[in-house]
Amino acid sequence: MSTAGAASTVKERADLALNDEFLRKAVKFTTERLRNGKKQASDEHGNWDDWRERGRQIRLHTIAHLDYYLNLFADQARANGVHVHFAETSAEAVKLSLEIAQRKQAKSVVKSKSMVTEELHLNHELESIGVEAIETDLGEYIIQLAGETPSHIIIPAIHKNRYQVADLLSKEAGETLAPDTSILAGFVRKKLREKFLEADIGMTGCNFAIAETGSMVLFENEGNARMVTTVPKTQITLMGMERIIPSWSDLEVMATLLPRSATGQKLTVYMSGITGPRRDVDADGPDEMHIIIVDNGRSLQLGDPEFQELLNCIRCGACLNACPVYRHIGGHAYGGTYSGPIGAVLTPALNKNVGEWDDIANASSLCGACYEACPVKIPLHEMLIYLRRRKLEQGHGNAAESLGMKGFAAVMGSARRYSTLVKLGKLGQKLVVRDGGIRLKLGPLKGWNTYRVTPSLPKKSFRDQWGTLEQELRHGLQELDPAVKSRMEAIMRDRDSGGGNGHG
Amino acid sequence: MKVSLFITCLSDTLYPRVGEAMVKLLARYGIQLHFPTVQTCCGQPAFNSGYWKEARETAKTILDAFEDSDFVISPSGSCTGMIHHYPKLFEADSHMHARAVKLQSKSYEFTQFLVQVLGVKDLGAVFPHKVTYHPSCHGSRLLGVKEEPLELMRNVVGLELVPLPFAEDCCGFGGTFAVKMADISGAMVTEKVDHVLETEAEVLVGLDLACLMNIAGNLRYRNQPVKVMHLAELLYEGVNQA
Repeated sequence: MSTAGAASTVKERADLALNDEFLRKAVKFTTERLRNGKKQASDEHGNWDDWRERGRQIRLHTIAHLDYYLNLFADQARANGVHVHFAETSAEAVKLSLEIAQRKQAKSVVKSKSMVTEELHLNHELESIGVEAIETDLGEYIIQLAGETPSHIIIPAIHKNRYQVADLLSKEAGETLAPDTSILAGFVRKKLREKFLEADIGMTGCNFAIAETGSMVLFENEGNARMVTTVPKTQITLMGMERIIPSWSDLEVMATLLPRSATGQKLTVYMSGITGPRRDVDADGPDEMHIIIVDNGRSLQLGDPEFQELLNCIRCGACLNACPVYRHIGGHAYGGTYSGPIGAVLTPALNKNVGEWDDIANASSLCGACYEACPVKIPLHEMLIYLRRRKLEQGHGNAAESLGMKGFAAVMGSARRYSTLVKLGKLGQKLVVRDGGIRLKLGPLKGWNTYRVTPSLPKKSFRDQWGTLEQELRHGLQELDPAVKSRMEAIMRDRDSGGGNGHG
Repeated sequence: MKVSLFITCLSDTLYPRVGEAMVKLLARYGIQLHFPTVQTCCGQPAFNSGYWKEARETAKTILDAFEDSDFVISPSGSCTGMIHHYPKLFEADSHMHARAVKLQSKSYEFTQFLVQVLGVKDLGAVFPHKVTYHPSCHGSRLLGVKEEPLELMRNVVGLELVPLPFAEDCCGFGGTFAVKMADISGAMVTEKVDHVLETEAEVLVGLDLACLMNIAGNLRYRNQPVKVMHLAELLYEGVNQA
């Protein structure tokens, strides 16, 4: 586990990150590069919001008819000669994978990047039965050497700089490697080439599964996934049950959205569509191919109006790159396999224990940058609020906060009580105000005032002044322009006839 | 026609001058704002923290206050944005839900009303200063108020608008977030202020008092003399200088 994984609360994990200058610098550097790339690529492409809407509609449709498309996919894949398995739980998915490895008497498995296998902790399970599991995506390989988990959905080693990477790889090489990216990548390429050739099983995730032909599609930049899916005799693909899209023409939309959103690329370097194991006419490919379709909490979101759209996610990582909280604390602070805004919502949702899950939903300012970045428009900023509400509904609130909110409602529920409290505040603040500000670092002001000076209440509130102000305005009020008046009346009529709701 | 002021609790208690500026600016165009005193807070702190029952108790004061208004104008994209959440907040009660939908359809953020409804883009203001603008998240992303403030500022004579680096990044306020996750919020506001200082602007302007209070609080903590203003204040000062 990473160091951040050892800390028990979000705050503790976040503090570790906030005090790690290397991490913050590395995360800022890469997320900035990615989000600028995304912005440029989506601007260049044009009509980006229309594409997002189209992507969203495809995902909504697929998830609404997931049973149909899953069956279609499974039937087609089986017709292509693929062994299709369904795993309801993480344990079942692990068991199915290990059984295949044992039946094949596998000694080593080469893997291309797969978040679902991270979710299952599959590497650890394979190693427990004596099978070596090698990650072949460069970032993922680095993380594996470090004994850590990915801190970003698509850039697993985002929190490391090249000097840290050079240290890790030097240890593996048994010699000192210069912190030069081409030297480091060269070492890994040579090392992994041997691993590809000796592996018994190739293991991949799946970006999209095409229902109409039973095919699976992989997006990657390093060519490692293509090695993984062509060299070993047996291939196992693990996919979340929501990875489905109906057809190849839907892939066009996804292939437009995913690479641009993820890295700002128009297309990834390699996009592989795989339809079944090697046929007699094929030069390469596995003799045996398995697809394990994993539920592991996904179906819990089906039929839940507040969270079903989580299943629309295409795992591009754009919400992480856009998130101002992720920018400062990185991925490990989130404490789950998936990090950033999507992880903050997805992890508790998949784990069925929204109530008991830690405070991660509170580590958001609800700024909506995630929603704006999302290529399929998942309203993560709203889901974070639903999570907070559900936690309370399940009796896992904080007693002090709950009391505070009751007080808030009691005061704010009546203008009279509200005005009384403001008057009391003006009296009370005399004890703590210096030079028109409050610097006291006590109680609820402690955290706030560690970084700020709190303003003091002015002598008169707006409502105190309103009487005088209104009198003053009565004189010298201008005439409302008749054109403006008729426009305002038109807006009101439009509103009454059911329109006008979408202003802004 | 009744045009009402939704002052928001922050402007009412801490920044009454912003409400005053709005009232006086709109009066120049023949809009006599009405101020129902039963209003308190939009309920966002409770809503965002998951305390929806408490949020409903507070939101009710806003629904009552503006029941018979034709237009509701506020100096905050975030509090106006909260009104857009009312239909969801009251979804289980069809009567309240209908009232919420109605209120949502007539609620406007200040610059949105000025530009979209009144069609005012040039107030004839003069403000010979170097200014940078922080677009608050809820107003710009959730209400879509992006162009309106820029257009208003471009028409202010003498105003030099300096782009704020990473302008669209949240300032770290986030309501109770700033208290619960004080160190993350602190890192965010510190970075925001670093960027404000990079611009060497004399004035930071925005449309949301919570964000402005947050940024101003950090500027003051660091003894930085950058002046923080709501755009309504800036425009009001500008028309008086003209």
